[in-house]
Amino acid sequence: MKLDLTEEQSMIQQMARDFAVREVEPKARELDKEGRWPTELVARMGELGLMGLAIPDQYGGAGSDTVSYALAMEEVSRACASTGVIMSVNNSLVCDPLYKFGNEDQKKRFLAPLASGKKLGCFGLTEPASGSDASHMETVAEDKGDHFIVNGAKNWITNGPHADTIVLFVASDRSLGAKGTTAVVIEKGTPGFTQNPRDHKLGIHAAHSCTVFFENVKVPKENVLGEKGMGFKIAMATLDGGRIGIASQALGIARAALEKATEYAKVRKAFGEPIANKQAIQFMLADMATELDAARLLTLRAATMKDKGVRHTKESAMAKLFASEAATRITHKAIQIHGGYGYSTEYDVERHYRDARITEIYEGTSEIQRIVIAANTLKA
Amino acid sequence: MDFDLDETASMVQASARDFANKEIVPRAASIDREGKIPRSILKDLADLGMMTLALPEELGGADVGTVAYSAALTEIARGCASTGVTMSVTNMVAEVIARFGTDAQKKQYVPKLASGALVAGSFALSEPEAGSDPGAMRTTAKRDGDHWVIDGAKQWITSGDFAGVFVVWARTGGAGTKGISCFLVEQGTPGLSVGHHEDKMGLRGSSTTALHFEGVRVPETALLGELNGGFKIAMMALDGGRIGIASQAIGIAEAALGAAVDYAKERKTFGAPIADHQGIQWMIADSRTELDAARLLTYRAAYLKESKQSFSSQAAMAKLYATEAAGRICDRALQIHGGYGYVKEYDVERYYRDVRVTRIYEGTSEIQRVVIGRGVTG
Repeated sequence: MKLDLTEEQSMIQQMARDFAVREVEPKARELDKEGRWPTELVARMGELGLMGLAIPDQYGGAGSDTVSYALAMEEVSRACASTGVIMSVNNSLVCDPLYKFGNEDQKKRFLAPLASGKKLGCFGLTEPASGSDASHMETVAEDKGDHFIVNGAKNWITNGPHADTIVLFVASDRSLGAKGTTAVVIEKGTPGFTQNPRDHKLGIHAAHSCTVFFENVKVPKENVLGEKGMGFKIAMATLDGGRIGIASQALGIARAALEKATEYAKVRKAFGEPIANKQAIQFMLADMATELDAARLLTLRAATMKDKGVRHTKESAMAKLFASEAATRITHKAIQIHGGYGYSTEYDVERHYRDARITEIYEGTSEIQRIVIAANTLKA
Repeated sequence: MDFDLDETASMVQASARDFANKEIVPRAASIDREGKIPRSILKDLADLGMMTLALPEELGGADVGTVAYSAALTEIARGCASTGVTMSVTNMVAEVIARFGTDAQKKQYVPKLASGALVAGSFALSEPEAGSDPGAMRTTAKRDGDHWVIDGAKQWITSGDFAGVFVVWARTGGAGTKGISCFLVEQGTPGLSVGHHEDKMGLRGSSTTALHFEGVRVPETALLGELNGGFKIAMMALDGGRIGIASQAIGIAEAALGAAVDYAKERKTFGAPIADHQGIQWMIADSRTELDAARLLTYRAAYLKESKQSFSSQAAMAKLYATEAAGRICDRALQIHGGYGYVKEYDVERYYRDVRVTRIYEGTSEIQRVVIGRGVTG
């Protein structure tokens, strides 16, 4: 057991913290209010290596590891959860499967520009009528020998309105269910690949998402990731990593809320003294801090397992479940400590509360995490 | 960063697990029923090095560190929580002596706690009217020539009736926490008597007694640490002790969750094992997740202690979270068992009773929150 960070991990954490505090945090409120896509921050993240942290440098990445990625995600999300998820999608859901399942040619063509931040990626799995039940998809790919013809729609596609590349999951043989799923890479501009205007959401306003459409889109076979029929496996393996990213995002949001609640409790007075002196407030802060630390340990454990290359499906699910639900409780308490001010958009905790809520839904709802954890516990 | 146990810690864990499975698990129900841990189990634990796991070898300890200690204690407590707490307190007492004692004190007591010659160590801090607030204690120690004379009463003393040595706190100065000193008192010292044996809800195999001190004379050399420096010793001991109680709670919860999983796979309702129903799966998923979170918080505190970093707030988090999670996990395990969980034929009934005290002793949940809250607000 060794729970200290390596020098490199500490350096990346510090770099991400400096970037987040200096460049992201001052803009977070405006980005949220206006629902503005942070073009300049996405570019900066690319320059800093934050868009492909765990990808080796020969493929445009920073050559670091999953622990560093989790730490950096927490720092960026602490400043702005929208900027955090833009980063998470590109790292976990796009670069990671391209690195793990892509061939050399695909890595050079697709991965390198994405990992270096020159291009932006998105992940197309969820459909209007299938979210948690991902194997029952209606987007179909007809096999035409050297290419597929893809028809269908995907929704809630984070980064969708701005992405250059999509890792898309299609039913290449609906009769086979999960085993008839294939992953393909499609670039923006391919004829028949269109999108709706962005979604309007409760939170993460600056992280634009949209529905994307495929109408007779011709996809050459060299764009198939892995092999035909491997799509579901790729999707699940990818989400095992993605859940570490979302858990880290939840940690960042929760930490921001705890820090702000602590500051407020020390200055706000009631009954002649700072409310931080009241046990009712102290106990809330104590529970928030404890849950935050537990969530971080679960997340970093999953990250170390991914780095070691051992199966971490259950551990990622635990991290995501616990961190996202803890973030909801922590941001809820942060508002409570702020009283009426917490309900006002003048104070950041209002945004944190809205932003936290999505972490219990995307990349596998809390209910899906519980299915995964229970199945793994019961079969042991 | 690496969360895996190292080779030594894994070996110690395996040794504790084997012993628990062979010698403790089969006897846990009778230990509970009869209210007594067989002396042979305590002796065997000492022989395995379990009573002084994190202590240096020159004092007879196993010197395997706090992480290994935590892992081993969890295994023992999984078998029997009463045995677990006896082991936990003995390790804590040995550590306090090793840390604050003179060379003579260390040599006199630690090797005998290690070998089992003293059977167990005991920690006498709480009083009938001073638990969370030890500054309110009334037991006094007065100087008489080259001796100290201790008078007063202690309450809730684990292993009170058979421990070979007690760490006793008594007032030697003014009011509050700055007038308290710490003494080493041997079982059988004239004037020391074991009082009422508590009839407890759980942990029934563990001895919990009152202690009466009536003119108990101990030599000057019995003073542990500095005069009037006892409160600091108590707080530092409890920082470590909390890792022990968190580990105990995790052991109880592991046992409860294991029993619940086994039962859920066998028991059928509506034509399917209840493990197939999401209502049950959710409970199991939440229990497994909370238990892992508790274990990670506890290992973190143990790791920090072992690597000589500050760990007070982290130990409080581990104790608070592990004990409260363990309470929920035992409750769900009972619920999964239905009516069978409410009867003594099934172990979960005992786990449910045993786990309750972990939120109370060695600092209540409320005290842990005070400690953590102070850490947050600075």
